[in-house]
Amino acid sequence: MKAYTAALLAITMAAGLTACGDNGGGDAASGSYTIWDPYPQFDDSSAWVTLLKKCGTDNGVTVERTGYDTTDLTNKALLAAQQGNSPDVLIVDNPVVSTLAEAGVLTDTGVTSLDTASIAPNILAAGQIEGKTFGVPIGANTLALYYNKAVLADAGVDPATITDWAGLTAALEKVKAKGRKGITFSAIGTEEGSFQFLPWYWGSGAQLTQLDSPQAVASLQLWADWVTKGLAPNSVLNNTQTTSWQEFATGDFAFGENGTWQLENAKKTGFEVGIIPIPSQAGGVAPAPTGGEFVSVPVQSDSARYDVSGKLVSCLTSNDNLLATDTTLSYIAPVAAVQQQQVAQNAALTVWVDAVNAAKGRTSDNLGTKYPKISEPLWTAFQASLSGSKPPQEALAAAQQTAASATK
Amino acid sequence: MTTVRRESRETAADAVSRGPSGRGPGRGGNRHRAEKPGASRRHRGQWSAWAFLAPVTVYLIAFYAWPLYRNIELSLREYTVRSFVQGGAPFAGLDNYREVIGHDTFWPAFGHTLLFTGVSIVFQFTIGMALAVFFVHHFPLSATLRALFLVPWLLPLIVSASTWSWMLNSESGIVNAALGLAGVDPVNWLTSPDYALWSVIIANIWIGIPFNLVVLYSGLQAIPAQIYEAAALDGVNGWQRFWRITFPLLRPVSAITLLLGLVYTLKVFDLIWIMTKGGPADASITLATWSYKLGFGNLLPEFGPGAAVGNLLIVIALIFGLIYIRIQRRQAAGS
Repeated sequence: MKAYTAALLAITMAAGLTACGDNGGGDAASGSYTIWDPYPQFDDSSAWVTLLKKCGTDNGVTVERTGYDTTDLTNKALLAAQQGNSPDVLIVDNPVVSTLAEAGVLTDTGVTSLDTASIAPNILAAGQIEGKTFGVPIGANTLALYYNKAVLADAGVDPATITDWAGLTAALEKVKAKGRKGITFSAIGTEEGSFQFLPWYWGSGAQLTQLDSPQAVASLQLWADWVTKGLAPNSVLNNTQTTSWQEFATGDFAFGENGTWQLENAKKTGFEVGIIPIPSQAGGVAPAPTGGEFVSVPVQSDSARYDVSGKLVSCLTSNDNLLATDTTLSYIAPVAAVQQQQVAQNAALTVWVDAVNAAKGRTSDNLGTKYPKISEPLWTAFQASLSGSKPPQEALAAAQQTAASATK
Repeated sequence: MTTVRRESRETAADAVSRGPSGRGPGRGGNRHRAEKPGASRRHRGQWSAWAFLAPVTVYLIAFYAWPLYRNIELSLREYTVRSFVQGGAPFAGLDNYREVIGHDTFWPAFGHTLLFTGVSIVFQFTIGMALAVFFVHHFPLSATLRALFLVPWLLPLIVSASTWSWMLNSESGIVNAALGLAGVDPVNWLTSPDYALWSVIIANIWIGIPFNLVVLYSGLQAIPAQIYEAAALDGVNGWQRFWRITFPLLRPVSAITLLLGLVYTLKVFDLIWIMTKGGPADASITLATWSYKLGFGNLLPEFGPGAAVGNLLIVIALIFGLIYIRIQRRQAAGS
């Protein structure tokens, strides 16, 4: 008898192992809606999660929220969709939207009847493919140049006079002559590096469809020259935006290329920090890539859920909530009216509002899922040039060849 | 002499290879019970035997066979993000493998993998062996020192890899600062195509030494002291003692250490990814990091080719495993 009981126990255990795979998303009847976001830094007591819960209760449902690391979220979302387990609302980095839309994971705003009329077109464009919009931006960030006021003053450079590449390089040389360090950025061999390179790339007038144009070569030549002349450290090749910020925060560097999200940290550096937009080659503000997330509604087998999901998205992206959320995230709102409120609250944001308005989505211009296939050859090219293994012309020619065959 | 020798080989090999898999007396015991006379009893015995087998079978299928099957399937189909989610990826035969092998990155990644694995193992093993022999002699603080050598093994890899990354930073790393004090120009350890691969190899050697030290040290414990005493009476010197006694008696332990080291090193991913991301421009990319880069390192995942590279890596590890089994059999037959 004992043997039977033990055997039974063993089988139940085995069955239990296989059974714990299939608990789907929330159940419509129970009124529970799942939201995934890439803000794991916020816990349940944070303003962000409180807002999520409040949007749920306002619409008569409970919200179950999970925060994932942003690099994890794309794969998590793809796998969940494959298993038919997608969350009801997914907040995801903007260049990923086109990939997920291509995979058929996201509904377009026509299905969820979301209104995107007030959103700035240059920010919305990252989520648009062939006339359809696959989400609503929750906020935007972009890149600009942080500068160390003391270092520039010491070198006799007036930051207001820096409006083109020549002016910037001249300033870096003056700083170096004073024994300080010039500029730090992130040229790492990942999407993060491409994100940092694009303001210079676009600032030369180059297009992502032609990686080896003379303008493109000029932009890579600029970076390569900075590294060979010692105006930028060699460590940029391995810098993430965070380690690049840490270098800038040592106080040795005159400039650091970094994003809106470092504004709070800029107050903690212990020295005075100013911000100028990234100059273009010929002068004026260069278009930087837009960062920031989109709130989207993944495809569900039960289309009755879209109604409430749509309301949750509207709630999160309403003007009042955008103001609160973008202030917490240190983002710029995607809506002009809210941008004005942000500037009214904090005049220092003016530079960022200008930069965001000049910015451009990486997947815009109908590049969509072609962008990742262009971005990888691009980062391989600047890595090759900055590390001295290939001159810019040769590196970009190879990149163009790879990109052209990958996007055929 | 020969009896002692075989005995010591048994214990040392047992300690390492059989430890976790638990082969041994248990299996014999079960067979006895199943052979008991009486039809119904035998029947019942078989059923309960299957029932006891079920959890482990389900476990093996769910966590080993199924993922492996999925990985092979992934590599044989042409997946896009769309077909990954919606299904219906067309069968592509060996197209992914052809694409991967014809790719510009393949031969550099393959070469780096061999260099990375080969150099790492040679140094890990040599240094591990030297330290093991050194620590056999008990001296004050020897236990403490030995424990200190285990630190690289105990640290989470993300901690040690990040620490190496900071130490080797070209701008603010302590290694370049030390070189500067000695009057040597700074070296771009992680950012120069000439040094990046060597930097990750150095870090990997450091991480692998404790494993070699521990296994070889436990192997040394199993060599009976009488042999050394007898040899001392015969007047051997230190060099002869190592090459004539220690090294031959350690051969089985060495073989398994090298094989395990090989498998571990072939698939090293996190260390390289954290330190250089395979860069600059693929200068330190290995098959393992390339596989990850294809599958997850880009906004647009390429699951098929990523899986193909992963499978090639498994095949390489398998080949070395078979070679090991072969050598072991020949040794068993020889002795």
